[in-house]
Amino acid sequence: MSYTFHWEVPLRNLPQFLWGALATLEMSGVACLLGLLVAVCAALARLSKHRFLRGAATAYVEAIRNTPFIVQLFYVYFGLVVVGVNLEAFSVAIITLTINCGAYSTEIIRAGIQSIHRGQTEAGLSLGMTHWQVFRHVILLPTLRVVWPPLASQFIATMLGSSVASQISAEELTYAGMMLESRTFRTFEIFFFITILYFLMARLFSFLFSLTGHKVFREAWGQL
Amino acid sequence: MPELLVAFSYKDVLFLLQGALVTIAMCAMAFSCGLVVALLIGLIRTARRFPALRWIGWGYVEIFRGTPLLMQIFIAYFGLSILGLELPRFVAVSIPLILYTGAYMGEIVRAGVEAVSRGQWEAGWSLGMSYRQLMRYVVAPVAVRIMIPPSVGFLVQLVKGTSLAYVVGYVELTRAGYIISQSTYATMLVFTLVGAIYFGINYPLSLASQRLEIRLKRHA
Repeated sequence: MSYTFHWEVPLRNLPQFLWGALATLEMSGVACLLGLLVAVCAALARLSKHRFLRGAATAYVEAIRNTPFIVQLFYVYFGLVVVGVNLEAFSVAIITLTINCGAYSTEIIRAGIQSIHRGQTEAGLSLGMTHWQVFRHVILLPTLRVVWPPLASQFIATMLGSSVASQISAEELTYAGMMLESRTFRTFEIFFFITILYFLMARLFSFLFSLTGHKVFREAWGQL
Repeated sequence: MPELLVAFSYKDVLFLLQGALVTIAMCAMAFSCGLVVALLIGLIRTARRFPALRWIGWGYVEIFRGTPLLMQIFIAYFGLSILGLELPRFVAVSIPLILYTGAYMGEIVRAGVEAVSRGQWEAGWSLGMSYRQLMRYVVAPVAVRIMIPPSVGFLVQLVKGTSLAYVVGYVELTRAGYIISQSTYATMLVFTLVGAIYFGINYPLSLASQRLEIRLKRHA
């Protein structure tokens, strides 16, 4: 092996990577929150009485879950251009990540809602709660509590998957690495370093979820 | 934009289908070799008497499940050339996919092995069975049945994962689509087709996984 490693290349450009890491956190954080909203709506649609709503939600979930993210990304990226909407790559990445994360989370939330017994809803209504109150206190919060751990795994997967957004030149961590790579050709060192950063961010996500689970749902520590 | 579509011909469709075959071949390679890694990881993660091995298995799974597949492909692809290995491109992009499969399937194997109750293990030990016999006659018959639905589900994830070989320029389905979209400008048509082909491969697998899971629950 006649290769000399140059670890000083990624280390000297640490500020760029930290900026990229923040961009990744921003991109995936926004996409996860919006995706959660989409998922709650789509899960309700999948469980609704209206055939059309049910069909549309099922088609959405199946179409997204059975195609690769990179293809979805290209589709949205070029599709928006075709219909004449010009957005920067970062926004396109957020939109696609939201659509993607929303579909996976829909199935998680649907399973959660189905785990709540019908009797609970009826009990809430007969106590004089409004439909909104029942939805909020009897369905949504207990559901989120049940699905918090799988939701955390999904959001971490979304964050790791956001690295693919570099392929449409959305400026995040992987893109920062690719830029530096094209100037220095230290491919291995740079991507190895970035991988460590992703690993740490995944841990951070996991910790944040554990913390919010603890604060919001009064769960015991260490569930995740 | 009908005038743009003129450039798109049946040859392009054939090119896409060739790409799809490459995708399927990569999956077959990654899944079959990955399964060997997974069995190893699953067994050492359930080895009660060897804590050091258990930690290695745990670390392996954490690393591969806690980092992006895109990065794994980059690192393996460029790392192999640093090591001076001149591998065919198909093998070079398959290696990260094999290791990735090993981590995810390893967890499925572990879950299957752990689903066999402690009492059955003890019954096997007390009958004087060796570890191999125990695995073969007591654990495997139960564990394999439990492993099948999530394994089929993982195949879907793997098919989607192979699309990331795109980033190192390997011509599989996604890269084939990209090349054609650049040469014909029928971008939306091409990516609709590419998406449809992936869907055609994955949807039957998804359905099968769901059905198998329902059936397993019913017989449990």
